[in-house]
Amino acid sequence: MILRFTVNRKSVELETEPDCRVVDILREDLGLFGTKEGCGSGECGACTVLVDGEPRLSCLMLAAQLQGREVTTIEGLGTADSPHPIQSAMALHGGVQCGFCTPGMALTAAEFLTRQPAPDRLAIREALAGNFCRCTGYQKIVDAVQEASLVMAGNDRKKKP
Amino acid sequence: MKPSSPRRAGPKQPLEIGRSVPRIDGLAKAVGAERYAVDEHPENLLWAGVKRAGAAHARILAVDTARAEALPGVFKILTRKDVPGTNRQGIVHKDQPVLAGSVVRYPGDPLALVLAETKDALARALDLIETRLEPLPAVFDPDQALKPGAPLVHEGRPKGNLLLGSTITTGQGRAALKDCPARIRAEFSVPAQRHGFLETENGVARQDESGLIHLTVSTQAPFRDRFEIGHALGLDPMRIRVVAPFLGGGFGGKDGSTVQCLLALAALHADGQPVKMVWGREESFQAGYTRHAARMRYELGAGLDGTLMALSCRLTLDTGAYAHLGGEVLALAVEHAAGPYRIPNVHIEGRAVYTNNPVAGAMRGFGVAQVAYAMERMMDLLAARLEIDPLELRRNNALHRGDRNACGVTLTGSTGMVDCLTAVADHPLWLSRKQWTAQTPRFKRRGVGLAAVHNAMGYGRGLADSAIARVELTERGTIRVFSGVTDMGQGNATAYAQIAGQILGQDDSMIDVVQPDTFQSLPSGSSAAGRTTYTFGKALITACETLRAKLFARAALMLMLEGPDDLAMVSGAVRHLPTARDLPLPVLARMFTEADRTAIAEAFMPVAKDNLTSGKEFRIGFPHLLFAHAAHAAFVEVDELTGQVEVEHYLAATEAGRVINPQSFDQQVQGAVAQGLGYALSEDMKFQEGRVRADSLATYVMPTSLDVPDIVSLPCQVEEPSGPFGLKGVGEVGMNGPLPAVANALASCGIDVRHAPLTPERVLEALAGKKPRRKQ
Ligand code: FES
Ligand code: FES
Repeated sequence: MILRFTVNRKSVELETEPDCRVVDILREDLGLFGTKEGCGSGECGACTVLVDGEPRLSCLMLAAQLQGREVTTIEGLGTADSPHPIQSAMALHGGVQCGFCTPGMALTAAEFLTRQPAPDRLAIREALAGNFCRCTGYQKIVDAVQEASLVMAGNDRKKKP
Repeated sequence: MKPSSPRRAGPKQPLEIGRSVPRIDGLAKAVGAERYAVDEHPENLLWAGVKRAGAAHARILAVDTARAEALPGVFKILTRKDVPGTNRQGIVHKDQPVLAGSVVRYPGDPLALVLAETKDALARALDLIETRLEPLPAVFDPDQALKPGAPLVHEGRPKGNLLLGSTITTGQGRAALKDCPARIRAEFSVPAQRHGFLETENGVARQDESGLIHLTVSTQAPFRDRFEIGHALGLDPMRIRVVAPFLGGGFGGKDGSTVQCLLALAALHADGQPVKMVWGREESFQAGYTRHAARMRYELGAGLDGTLMALSCRLTLDTGAYAHLGGEVLALAVEHAAGPYRIPNVHIEGRAVYTNNPVAGAMRGFGVAQVAYAMERMMDLLAARLEIDPLELRRNNALHRGDRNACGVTLTGSTGMVDCLTAVADHPLWLSRKQWTAQTPRFKRRGVGLAAVHNAMGYGRGLADSAIARVELTERGTIRVFSGVTDMGQGNATAYAQIAGQILGQDDSMIDVVQPDTFQSLPSGSSAAGRTTYTFGKALITACETLRAKLFARAALMLMLEGPDDLAMVSGAVRHLPTARDLPLPVLARMFTEADRTAIAEAFMPVAKDNLTSGKEFRIGFPHLLFAHAAHAAFVEVDELTGQVEVEHYLAATEAGRVINPQSFDQQVQGAVAQGLGYALSEDMKFQEGRVRADSLATYVMPTSLDVPDIVSLPCQVEEPSGPFGLKGVGEVGMNGPLPAVANALASCGIDVRHAPLTPERVLEALAGKKPRRKQ
């Protein structure tokens, strides 16, 4: 099939099998290696991307489900030059160790913060419960999400004085 | 150029020891730019995969690849006959085949290696390979495996299924028990645990025109890999290049050959095409390494005042089908069996036993996590018997510097066990524990439990624990550290940048750390045993000092001084203090020839010198001289109706010498505690006839963000005189506390479970008053 969709605000068109997994399309066809695969069966959350703004497990999605939609991967959330607040916060506050869970974690958190801009720690923990991290013990990730929420609230205030 | 990053917000300051620095790789990882081994995806690659035996013990009659070979997209299929060299891999004992040809010893044994053009073709070819296996009697229980007449996992060994056994005796040994006024006896067991790193075992390999084999692998030991591959496949190790990017976790599970030999073999047959192998999660569970399951029988004797007098114990480790690091893990189990205590008379018997189960090996807390559970439960049982406060019992018996430990080694290094216990004892959470338990809700129980643990650092006696650091002034005038030991997530790369920054006075924009590449960095051992930052760091200090001396000498020439005195390293330059003249590093760099811009130095870890009478069977890795220490307190709430255990609060006081980076230190402590809580409460690989039953992240239950509380990390800094800037390794010790601390917390509210993990079923069973039952 010819698959057309948007990834990180760029339109893409590629020839693929309809049952090709989205995680493979992103990584192998588009070279977006920031999306990680940890289990391939929907349990770890490492492969999370945003599809039309919603967190989705790209290892469970097939090409055909992507037709006409808008995908944001970790590369589209922010870059080293202009990172998203959650990406800076993860790096600054120790939310990253091996970093393999980080892209999925960051996307999950980023979307969560748009829905709940001032969450408490328990709410953050609940939001992240679908993303495994084997390195950090989660605490510093929760710290990072809290910090990011403060930064984002500050940015908002700056925008509308 | 490096991007502007959040860690560079604010005025630049040189990287320093002792200050929290966000890890140098943090932002690249957070924006998805860091490239792991699994992100290597060269053009034209072939996918490699392995057909696994599925049977626990069998004679291989035939491996028929004809139908699979006929499949379009299949490039080649290799079996035992295609393997050159010894076909034997293994770190110490080389008993594991690259491809099995005559006998299957566990279900994960590889029988054929498929190279295919697509993942699909690979999967279909693996299905089409037919094997004819004649079942042999198998053995899955280490005690059974030692009985006369048990099926032999490896034929022709004088000791049958016993891989290694040893007994440590000091003082009067077991005989001393009969003179002890208080004696406690109990038995414990722990299951196999999986590392659960998120990036599964993987790599890419290619043979170039000159015959050189290039590998990029998720590995903890790139330098050793070369030799392991070379030995197994009969290749000159120097014709093998191993590159090890940042790992997506390791924890010991990537210490040893997983994909390495298979990939090199595939590369030999791929006509120059790159070959990629990535294990699926299920394969990782079945064919990767596990933590050793163990059975432990303990008897502890003390005076009525609680002074420990004698310990006798027997440890049986299930090492699985191949030796891997079984003997070495046993050595640490034996060495730590008596806990961080002064016990004048011990008799510690340890056995590592072959079975037809998955292969056990290194995992954070290498043999120690197991025995810490048993010994720390024993301490609480003794405290209860003697009606002594568990913390005081531990404090009164704790090892101090200058003491001889239970194996007879004099502790000449920093020994902060008491400091850790005191940090817990003084913490407000601990002080208010009685109020906390007094407020227990209905149908719940609350308990608080303690564990005092230690963990050896380094390889121990019998194997030089050394590292060679290389640091370079680049042509551009920046500082580059060539790391020889991988960063699997523990943050050693950042520590190296800090060490270089401290000595050379530079901020992070001037320093980069190159991840290991056997062609660029120098042999520095494995990323393991809590030795990474210690050993490489020591070498790096000398290398950086050498480089600094060179910089000063050249600067003296350029500034026309009489000698290199009165110079200082400042940001981006060398400064002559009396004249306030700065020589920028890029300018200075031009004074050096390429060969001269580099400084290299090596370091060794000190070893114990005591002349021990027992433990001679451990030729490698016994005993150790340096230990990290920790005291943990777990505050748990149990639901009496469901048996569910919630950890509400957690205190972790840790002594690992001086803290080089408080943020990394806390990360290591919190991460280890989380992994330890998984071990305590839910993780169990559940073997059945050698097969892993819990082989997915759905059935193998690792802690999520909702299962781990915030962990209070209390650093207890005791300078380690032999360490770089006074540090020791912090990575492992935190793993050893959670299981005993949680078990003791449960016991403190009347729930005595002797077999881990402490699942709701076992808790309910204990609540119903049934006798603790042995694990199936
Ligand atoms: S890889 Fe998709 S959830 Fe684990
Ligand atoms: S940082 Fe390693 S899995 Fe989260």
